[in-house]
Amino acid sequence: MEISVTVNGRTYQHDVPPRLLLVHYLREQLNLTGAHVGCDTSQCGACVVHVNGQSVKSCTMLAVQADGCEVTTIEGLATDGTYHPMQQGFWEMHGLQCGFCTPGMIMSASALLQSNANPSEAEIRHALEGNLCRCTGYENIVRAVQYAAGQMQGQAQGNGQTAMHEQAKPETPETAAELEHPQREGGRPEEPETVEDWQSENAGVSDDAPAKPEARLNTGEGGL
Amino acid sequence: MATTDAPAKMFGQALKRREDPRLITGKGNYVDDIKLPGLLHAAILRAPYAHANINSINADAARALPGVVAVITGDEIAKEQNPLPCAWAAGGVDNNVNTPRALAVDTVRFTGEGVAMVVAESPYIAYDALDLIEVDYEPLDVVVDAEAATKEGAPQLHENAPNNIVMRWTCGKEQETTQAIDSAEVVVRQRIVNQRLLPTPMETRGYISRYDAATGEYTIWMSSQAPHVHRLLLTAFVLGIPENKMRCIAPDVGGGFGAKIFVYPEMAATLYAAKQVGQPVKWIETRRENYAATSHGRDHITDIEIAGTRDGTITGMRVHTYANLGAYLSTIAPGIPTTLYGRMLSGVYNIPAIFCEVHGVYTNTGMVDAYRGAGRPEATYVIERAMDMFADEIGIDPAEIRRKNFIQPQDFPFDTGLGMLPYDSGNYEPALDKALEAIGYQDFLKQQAEARQNGRLLGIGICSYVEVCGVAPSKWIGLTGEGWGAGLWESANVKVHLTGKVVVTTGSLPHGQGHETTFAQLVADELGVPYEDVLVEHSDTQGTPFGYGTYGSRSAAVGGTAIYKSVSKIKEKARRLAAHMLEAAEEDIVFEDGKAYVRGAPDAAKTIQEIALQASVAYDLPQGMEPFLDETTYYDPPNCTFPFGTHICTVEIDPDTGKVTPLRYVAVDDVGRVINPLIVNGQIHGGIAQGLAQALYEGAVYAENGQLLTGSLMDYAIPRADMVPHYELSRTETPSPVNPMGVKGAGEAGTIASAATVSNAVIDALSHLGIRHLDMPYSAEKVWRAIHGQ
Repeated sequence: MEISVTVNGRTYQHDVPPRLLLVHYLREQLNLTGAHVGCDTSQCGACVVHVNGQSVKSCTMLAVQADGCEVTTIEGLATDGTYHPMQQGFWEMHGLQCGFCTPGMIMSASALLQSNANPSEAEIRHALEGNLCRCTGYENIVRAVQYAAGQMQGQAQGNGQTAMHEQAKPETPETAAELEHPQREGGRPEEPETVEDWQSENAGVSDDAPAKPEARLNTGEGGL
Repeated sequence: MATTDAPAKMFGQALKRREDPRLITGKGNYVDDIKLPGLLHAAILRAPYAHANINSINADAARALPGVVAVITGDEIAKEQNPLPCAWAAGGVDNNVNTPRALAVDTVRFTGEGVAMVVAESPYIAYDALDLIEVDYEPLDVVVDAEAATKEGAPQLHENAPNNIVMRWTCGKEQETTQAIDSAEVVVRQRIVNQRLLPTPMETRGYISRYDAATGEYTIWMSSQAPHVHRLLLTAFVLGIPENKMRCIAPDVGGGFGAKIFVYPEMAATLYAAKQVGQPVKWIETRRENYAATSHGRDHITDIEIAGTRDGTITGMRVHTYANLGAYLSTIAPGIPTTLYGRMLSGVYNIPAIFCEVHGVYTNTGMVDAYRGAGRPEATYVIERAMDMFADEIGIDPAEIRRKNFIQPQDFPFDTGLGMLPYDSGNYEPALDKALEAIGYQDFLKQQAEARQNGRLLGIGICSYVEVCGVAPSKWIGLTGEGWGAGLWESANVKVHLTGKVVVTTGSLPHGQGHETTFAQLVADELGVPYEDVLVEHSDTQGTPFGYGTYGSRSAAVGGTAIYKSVSKIKEKARRLAAHMLEAAEEDIVFEDGKAYVRGAPDAAKTIQEIALQASVAYDLPQGMEPFLDETTYYDPPNCTFPFGTHICTVEIDPDTGKVTPLRYVAVDDVGRVINPLIVNGQIHGGIAQGLAQALYEGAVYAENGQLLTGSLMDYAIPRADMVPHYELSRTETPSPVNPMGVKGAGEAGTIASAATVSNAVIDALSHLGIRHLDMPYSAEKVWRAIHGQ
C-alpha cells in the first residue's frame, strides 16, 4: 500500500506491506533505529514515538495507519543542535544505564510534560507505567523528568543546556558525601493513608532531587 | 585546556557519562541496529513440549515458501558441531555433564528448546515459514520440581544422570555443625524457597553471524557480556577451529544481568547457517523466546537449621539445598549454587560451625545460571531470613542479634571456614548504625506498635550483607577444586600517542555500567592528562586484549586494576625517559600530576605529552629503551573483594487486600573506594529494584506439564515506575586491600541485599499474627491468605 508519512519534519513516500509494523518501517525502511523492540506484547515501551503529538507504541501500530501522519522519533527530538530538555535531563541525572529503554522513555516523558508541565513524583511514575526499565530502578528517570520540567518552566533559554557533541568538562571534585541521601526533612508523615498520599507528600522533597547538574556546563555562572 | 595546569582530580567525581550522548539521541548501535549487505534473517521453531522425542521433521512446505533460503535441523548441525561446553564443573560434577546443542537432536527436554531454524529474506517470511514445519513429537513424562526430580520413579532426563542429579556438593564442617545443633539451647528449622527469576534485560539476545569462505573466518556481532570467552568456547569447543578464525563483537548491549555471559545454542546455529547459505544471518530473540530459552536465575528449595543460645549467639547452621539447574547445564551453572552460594552462607557473622549440602538437579525447565548476584542473593536470603527467625524465636531485636554476631573489624582478613577466600576488609557495625539512624528505627517501632493497636500492618526489615565479587584469583577458582575451566584475570593496554592523546583498550566491557567514563577518569587521574584526551576502546576481540567478561561486579576491581597497572608502567618509563631529557639521575626524578621533574625543581618539568612525543619520534632515547609509551598488563587478582552493608525497608500491608506497599528504603553500602559515585549509585538503585521485585512481584512459574506460565511480559511482573519506592542511599568506605585503588564492586550489591530486606519487612509486618515465614513473591493473594489463615 502507498503511504505518505512525515517523520521528523521530512515527508516519505513508500509502498509497504499492510502488515508492516510502524516500528519496523522506521527502523528498516527509514534507518531510524532509535526506536527499539524490547518485547512482543506491547508492554515495554522501548518503541515509543510521537504520532501527531501523541506518544504511541510503534510496535502496536501498522505503518499504513501512519499514512498522512506526523511522526517524531527520538532522532527528531533535539532541535538546532541542542538537546531537548528531557534528553539533557537524562544525561544530567544519569537516567539511563544500558540505554535500550531510553529513547522510548524520553519520548513518553516528553509527551507527559506537554500535557502536565509540573508533574508530581507520583504523576511521573504513573505516566511512565508503559515504559519498562531494568537498569535504573526508575530513581534517576524520575529525577531526569523533574529536571526537564524545571528547565522547561521558564528558566533562561540555554541555561543548563548543552550543545550536542560537547564533552562534559570536569569541575571541582564532588565528594561521595554530597551524593548521600540524608533523611528527608520532616521524615515520614505520621500516618500514611495511601501510597499516593505518601508519595505526593514526599514528591519533590527528596534532598537529592535535581538541585543542580552533576557537571555544570555553559551555565555562565561559577565557571571553571 | 593548558597542560601546565594540574588537572582536577577525577577519581571520586560524579561525572556524567560520555556514553550518553549517543544513547539519548537514538544513535546507539545495538545488534539489531546493524545491517550488512546480503543480510538474511533467522527464526527458530521451538518445542511445544517440555519433554518429547522427535520422531520426524518435515520442512518441505517451509522450504517451498518464496523468500525462504534454508531450513536447518539439529541432525545436520550435529555432524559439524559439538554440543556447547560447560565451563564450570564444580566439585561433584563428574561424567554427567549434559549441555545443549545448536538445535535439539532426537529429544527435547524443555519447552522452548530450539528444534529447527528458518533462514529467509525477512523476519516476517521466516516466521511465516515456522508455521509450515511439521514435527512429529512423542511426548514423555515431565518433572519440573527439583526435589521431585531426585525421587525414585521420577522421569529421567539424561542417561548419565541417575535420579537427575548433576552433583552432590558440600562445604563446611559437618561433624561440628551436627554437634552444635544437637547441643544447642535453641534450634529453628524452616524450609524456604528462592523462586526462579527471569533476568529480562530490556534488549533480548541477538546475533549476526558472517562467514568468509575465502579466509575461513567467522565474524559474529553479539549481545554479549563476554565476547572473548564466547570466541574461545565457540571456536575451541563447538566448532573445533583455531581461535583466530573468529571475531566476536559486542556493540552497544542493552543490559545483561548475567543472562548474556553464557554461550548459547543460537550463537552456534547462526554460525552454521551463515556458512551454509553463504550470507550473513541475523537472529533477534523475541521476548517470549527470551523467557523460554535464555538462562534463568535462582530456583532453590532450601532447608535451614539454625542453632544458638537463648541470648542470641549463633552457634551453628545446617543448610540443604536443591538447586534446579534446568534441562541442561548452562555455561557456568554448577558454580553458582556451590562456590558463590554455599561458601558465602556465613554472611557477615562469625558462626563457628556451618555445613552446607547442595544437590544440583536436572528438570524439564529452562536452564538456570548466574543472574545478578548469582548465588550471593540466595545465600544472603538464607542467612538473613534465618537470623530474623532466630531473633523472633528468642524474642531479641533483629538489629541486636546482627550486632551481637558480626565479624569484628579487627578480625579481617576473615576466614569463615567455608572454603571461601578470606573476606578482605570490613567494618559492619557502622553501616548498620547508619541505616538504623536513617530509617529512624526506634520511632518506627513505636509507630508500628500503635498501628497494630488500630489494626494496621506495618513492618520493618533489616538485611546486613556481605558479598564476594571482583572474581577471582585464577589459581583458586581453577586448580583448587572449584572447577572453573580457565583463568579469571583481565588485561588492558594503554598507549600514549605522539600527540599526547591516550588510548586504552580493555578486555573488560560495558553493558550499561559506563566503562568508557569510569576508566577514562581513572587514567586521566593517574597519568595527569585531561579526561577528554583519554579514549576507551572495548568489546571487539579483534581490537582488544583478552578479557573474561563483565559479571560478578569485577570490572573496576579486576579490569580497572589492569588499566591502573599499565598506567603505572607508563609512568615509570616516562620517569626514566624524563631523567634522560633533564640530564638527571633516574632516582632523582619524580612523576606526579602528568609531569616529571627533578625533585625540588618542579618548574623545569617535562609534561607527559612532551615525554610521549620524545618517546614516539625516538630521536634521542636512553641506551636500550624501546620507542613509544605502550604498556600491557595481565592482572590476576590475589583475592576477591567483599563489599558489604545494611539495607532497611519499611512496608505497609493492607489487611483487607493483602497488598504490600513499600514505604521507605534505606541502603548503606560499602563498596570500597568509589571512582564515580553517580554511576555507583545508579548501579545500587537498579540492583535494589531487582531484589525488591523478587520479594514483591517476580516469579517464573512452570505448570506441572512443563509449560512456562509466565512466558511473556504480560504474565511476568517486571516492576514499573509506580511499583518501586524512592531509594535513600548512603555509604561507608572501607578500602579493599586487594587492589591498589581500594575498589570493591557495586553492580550486584543492591540485588544481593534487597530481596532479603523486603522479605524481612513483610514477615515482620505479619509476625504478631504468628507468621514466621512466607515464600516470595508476596502477592496480595498470598499475603491475604496468610493473614486470614486460608
